[in-house]
Formats: sequence, structure tokens, C-alpha cells
Amino acid sequence: MSRTLVLVGTRKGCFVLESDASRRDWTLRGPYCEGWPVYHAIFDAGTGSIYAAAASEWHGSAVWRSRDLGETWELSSEGISYPDDDGRKVSKVSTLMAADDRVLVGVEAPGIFQSADGGETWSLLTTLSGQPGSEAWDDPKTQPPGHLGISNLVPDPDDPAHFWAVVQGIGAYETTDGGSTWTPRNRGLRRDWPSDWEEVGFCVHKLVRSPSDGQRLYQQNHVGMHRSDDGGQSWQEITEGLPSDFGFAAAVHPHDRDTFYVVPLDPGHGRVMPEGKATVWRTKDGGSSWEPLRRGLPQEGAHLGVLRQGMAVDSLDSAGLYVGTSTGQVFASVDEGDTWAQVADYLPGISSVEVAVVDS
Amino acid sequence: MADVRLPTTLTPLFPGLSRRVDVEATTVIGAIDELESQWPGLRDRLVGEGPTLRTHIHVYVDRERSDLDTPLEPRSRVDVIAAISGG
Repeated sequence: MSRTLVLVGTRKGCFVLESDASRRDWTLRGPYCEGWPVYHAIFDAGTGSIYAAAASEWHGSAVWRSRDLGETWELSSEGISYPDDDGRKVSKVSTLMAADDRVLVGVEAPGIFQSADGGETWSLLTTLSGQPGSEAWDDPKTQPPGHLGISNLVPDPDDPAHFWAVVQGIGAYETTDGGSTWTPRNRGLRRDWPSDWEEVGFCVHKLVRSPSDGQRLYQQNHVGMHRSDDGGQSWQEITEGLPSDFGFAAAVHPHDRDTFYVVPLDPGHGRVMPEGKATVWRTKDGGSSWEPLRRGLPQEGAHLGVLRQGMAVDSLDSAGLYVGTSTGQVFASVDEGDTWAQVADYLPGISSVEVAVVDS
Repeated sequence: MADVRLPTTLTPLFPGLSRRVDVEATTVIGAIDELESQWPGLRDRLVGEGPTLRTHIHVYVDRERSDLDTPLEPRSRVDVIAAISGG
């Protein structure tokens, strides 16, 4: 018998939605993490631990951890700071990745810290210094509006030394040596603004990798959805057929590399689903065509936003999809997006959704 | 001994920590470090890079707004406030 756990990071703590393998009936637990704003919560299958990246306006950034599937929690930020004379500050921990026997956390200002002892202590892995674009993100005077950080870490389950990191407003980078050296991976992406660099200056909102084909990557960009067939070395745009080229969330099917999901949003200030109709869009042919998925989703007055970590897919035979909104609803589909049900409401604004299937 | 009063947002993070703690110290940072020795990790919840007090953590010594290096008298009252933020 397996348990399906949906980890929901919100502005007021982490919640856990739980069901069995049928995923029909759900119970809600939480809030955890003392109500701290949680930007990303993940399950580490290697250790069975949950990690939650959180940043309190009063008490700074920390990574919370639970070794009992969310029943009890501890936090640590030991080592998650830049040197006092560095000038940079850790203003937020944004995204987590578990790989082999370590956990990585991406932070703002851009840097990646790692823990090899289950989240008790941390050390700086890299700031990607020397990479094209780094002189800009390390200089507050030349940064674009808002904060820049590491917004996305994407693992290669077959090789813990191989992963990707996304720097907000700059682009994606790949490492094959555990984070010592990096290569920009943005060739072919669109940008509608000038840039001083050829290789970087792109706004990658969410990068995902197909579990069934490691060469197949997708991304939701600030301008357009894109696909790569060569592990990110080159990209082609696949936006045609969608109502908007803007959005944050993206998910790829666990068993079919050609099936990919996005949540297009109005690109202006609103950044909500167009026309008040909640819709997830799916392609089954790698982006050549798209279909709207609306059955069970609210189609009237539903001005819903979904952030970059706000959609997840599970690994079961009939893949389950989970979408969390910035107004506190969670929608789930257990038939690969064909039909949907609302499984939570009235939660605080949702920053992240991840799902784990564990043996009970 | 300084009479240190801590915000309600801090005590749930450290088992055994109460809202009022008597601390032997001659400065604010000395008092925080003394608390750190008993509750590891506490300093990082109040002090950021610099070191400086975190932006929304305010400290008052005998009702005067203070910094990390503010001296303490043997009977000083130290109020640590989680200042208005969030919502």
C-alpha cells in the first residue's frame, strides 16, 4: 500500500495533502514550519525526509526538515550565509534539490549551498562566479527590478554530479562536475529585450527534464514555451497554439517525453489565467499542438495565478497532476489532466507544490 | 543579569526557550551570543550578515532603540521586538 503526499509550500507555512494510490480522497495536515513563508518543499526519496526552504521577514532564511513525513520539524541555517565582508546577503532560500547523499538549496543573492548531513549544516557550493552575467547579478546597481536568485535546480537522477541551475533573469546553466564548473544552456531561446551577452540574458521561469528521456527538456520562459532535444544545448520555441506566451509553471509527463503541461497566464500585471477560466494546457506531441484541459476546473470568475513551483506530476502509471494557486486552491487530476477535482481551498497563497509516492 | 524579553515568533523554534531570560552580558551582541550558547541557531534568527540586526528585529535597552554593540548595565531590560512586517 502506498501513500501519496502532496507537499504544499505557502505564504504561511507548509501543508501536506495525503491520499492513497487511488488519489480520490485527501486529508490536509498543517500548517507546519511555524507559519514561515515556504518557497519550496520537496521529498528526498533517498532518505525519506521532507525539506522546506523558508524565509521569515523577521528571522531570516532557513531550511526546515522533517524525518517523519511532516509530523515533526526542525530548522537550520547553519552555514547558509555569505561571509560578513562579502557584501552579498542571503535574503531568501528559493529552491531545493535532493541528489544522492546531499541536499542543495538555491538562494538569493544567487548562490547554491549544500548539506551532506541531512540539512543540519550547510556550506557554500558555488555562486557561479565568473560565468557570463555574474558581474551583473553581483552588482546591485545593474540588477533588473526585483530580486535575483537561483530559482530552479533540476537534477539528473542518474548522475548526482550533473544538474542545471536557473538564475532569474539571466538563464540556465549546466554542470557535470557537481557544481565546480558551469556552461550556459540558452541557445535558441527567445528574448524581447537587449542583452550585453549572447549566451545569457534570458528569463527562464521553469525548467523541467523528462524522466523518460534525459535529453528532452522543456521550459516555460518569460516569453514562450521551449523544448530541447539535446539536453539543453539548443532550444526551439513551441508556443504556437497557446493563448499566451507567458506563465510560470511547467511539468513533464513521467512516462512520455512528448507530453508536457503548462499554465499560460496573462503577461501583464495580472498574471492570472486568461478570461477567468482555469485551464491547464497539454501537448502530447512535444509542442506541435496543444489542448486545453478544463473538465473539473472553475470556468467562471477564476482569476487564478500559479507560480513557478506551483505544478507537479507524480510517478504513478496513470500520472497525477497537482496545481496550487496563489489564492490557496489545490487542483488534482489522476488521469493525466483529462479531468480535475479541487482537493484543497482556503490555504494561504501557494508558492510550491511537489508530490511523493511512498510505501507505507 | 540583564532581563531579556524575546518575541513570540522566536520561542517556538527552540525547545525550552521562554519569553523572559536572565543573561549575564555586557553588550547586546554578548547577550545574544550567550543565548546562542544555550540554544544553538538562535543568533542566526536575530543577526544577519555584517553582523547586523535583521531588518525587522528591533532591540531596545532600557526603552532606548539599540544596536548590537550597545552596552548593558547589570540590571538592564532588553526588549527584542519582531517589528511590524508581513500580514
